[in-house]
Amino acid sequence: MFGDYSLGDLGSIFVMQGFAGLILFSVYVLMALGLAIIFGQMGVINMAHGEFMILGAYVTWMTSNLFQSYMPSLFGGYFFLAMILAFLASGALGMLVEWVLIRHLYKRPLDTLLATWGLSLMLQQAYRSVFGAREVGVDLPQWMLGSLHVTDSIEVPINGVFVMCLTVLITIAVAYVMYKSRWGRQVRAVVQNRIMAGAVGINTEKVDRYTFGLGCGIAGIAGSAFTMIGSTGPTSGQLYIVDTFLVVVFGGAASLLGTIASAFSISQTQSTLEFFMSGSMAKVLTLLAVVGILMLRPQGLFALKVRK
Amino acid sequence: MTDNRFFNRSELIGILVLAVFLVVVLPLTLDVFRLNLVAKYLTYAFVALGLVICWGYGGILSLGQGVFFGLGGYCMAMFLKLEASSVENTKIQSTPGIPDFMDWNQITALPFFWKPFNSLTFTIAAIILVPGIFAWIIGTAMFKRRVGGTYFAIITQAVAAIMTILIVGQQGYTGGINGMTDLRTLKGWDIRPDHAKIVLYFFEVGCLFVCIMIAQFVRHSKLGRILVAMREKEDRVRFSGYSVANFKIFAFCIAAMFAAIGGAMFALNVGFMSPSFVGIVPSIEMVIYTAVGGRLSILGAIYGTLLVSFAKTSLSETFPELWLFGLGGLFIAVVLAFPNGLAGIWGDYVQPRIDRLIASRKSKPDGWTDSSVADGAPAE
Repeated sequence: MFGDYSLGDLGSIFVMQGFAGLILFSVYVLMALGLAIIFGQMGVINMAHGEFMILGAYVTWMTSNLFQSYMPSLFGGYFFLAMILAFLASGALGMLVEWVLIRHLYKRPLDTLLATWGLSLMLQQAYRSVFGAREVGVDLPQWMLGSLHVTDSIEVPINGVFVMCLTVLITIAVAYVMYKSRWGRQVRAVVQNRIMAGAVGINTEKVDRYTFGLGCGIAGIAGSAFTMIGSTGPTSGQLYIVDTFLVVVFGGAASLLGTIASAFSISQTQSTLEFFMSGSMAKVLTLLAVVGILMLRPQGLFALKVRK
Repeated sequence: MTDNRFFNRSELIGILVLAVFLVVVLPLTLDVFRLNLVAKYLTYAFVALGLVICWGYGGILSLGQGVFFGLGGYCMAMFLKLEASSVENTKIQSTPGIPDFMDWNQITALPFFWKPFNSLTFTIAAIILVPGIFAWIIGTAMFKRRVGGTYFAIITQAVAAIMTILIVGQQGYTGGINGMTDLRTLKGWDIRPDHAKIVLYFFEVGCLFVCIMIAQFVRHSKLGRILVAMREKEDRVRFSGYSVANFKIFAFCIAAMFAAIGGAMFALNVGFMSPSFVGIVPSIEMVIYTAVGGRLSILGAIYGTLLVSFAKTSLSETFPELWLFGLGGLFIAVVLAFPNGLAGIWGDYVQPRIDRLIASRKSKPDGWTDSSVADGAPAE
């Protein structure tokens, strides 16, 4: 399959496909970060995670429309406001959902799966009723269009670079919050031993609610970033949910580093394979490899050693 | 404590009522079109039945039952498709004698894995064995390493995703997104006219009752007790010297085989098979049938399937927007308020009243079972 390309071409192909993989990687990481918090830390299977992401995407779309019609001069910067709004909207919805639904189900993790699946159906229908069934796309500001020419045969799109930088920043922020801040310490304490955490004076219910909200909020940011590279429809979230779960499980559920490593390997494998075969077969092979490795090593790439 | 009968008295009554409902009441009251719809719903009841054993009793939630439904369905459909693609029927193709979608995809010879499906015996064996072996492989890989619960659910879901992408992607071998359509005859017997549909319906109900009997047997045997014990306290069963993994593999395999029989019935009754019955969404819908009916109740799962499918057909025809809200709400309500589904409601609210009624009218023991239970059970 390499026969027709010269060595230089192959190099460029791998760099460009690698870059396409990096964009996919960014989306996976952003989605998986939220899920790693909700599933990895809290043990809740949130099948509606994709819909929280799409909420962020729709918020971004509305913000961009608002800027376009009322403040065209500031359009270049709309994205930063949109991102914050997306975070707040998804996070608030997440906290509401936690209060209404999830908090009754912490002892029955498999049931959270069914309940949140129901929630995702309702949210999808709500998006369809409110925003219409057609996919919407945002107009990118001028400075994000175009691409950077690295060499003659390699060029990378600016919006991709932007999404990647964003991913790095958010990952660092999440890692800081989870591992350095006082609040992150409380979250990890609650996860490791709920009863003892409560006994030393941590308000576990409040921690649960904010943790869930944070995870959903990050999904909102993921949706916001997603509008940079693709269009948004009511069911777009569902396309990514299984992949994202696999990313989190493959990485080792409770490990942020594992999540990033697995997002990287899965996205790189997929995008490199995509060049040499049809997209569907690339996906099948990637997923098969992941499932196969998980069968051999069920604890994932980076297992946290905790005494249960 | 051990009683070796398949069912106690009230279960026997329940099964008889279901039999009367399916064999007598529905065929007499519905036209052929509606009866065929019921036949289609009942194919999902096989899956729901398997999930009662696997999920309700074994505690293993599989989100990949659509895969097994699809494997069974595709095995059957491949046989029917080969019969429908005889050389006379397909003489306008550039390669006569192969299924039409292969011809459209420039395939000139029948692929090797299609060839055995010329034989009905092989097909029937494959319907049971292919999903069974597949489930055994997945189950062995997962349960021997003590993977279970949420992880297992997610892995099976990924398998469902892989299967759909594979079927859609390999259009030339599987018929792609459209699936296998235009299935005509079974050993020369036309499956499309009305009288054939009625025969197939009764055949399907017969198979369903065989599966119900198997499920009842599993439930009442020592095996069923171990499954329940395993669900409640896995470690204690393991320390008592049982191989927990083997019991889980068994439960998963039997659920897979039931689902496959359902899939094969689907191909026969509905006349086509497509990847839209394989993927993540149909697999989760099958779980909700079981959850609505009651994950611990064999008969409840069947009523739940009929009820939810019927509601889906009628609601999504008239109020397509409302349907998804309704279905979503149903998921949440069942999980939050009625974890044991219809069977739980029946057992908690209806059964005690009937018992009281019987107690107060001891003089008239006849005349209550059929009418009150048959009316009461499907409508809660």
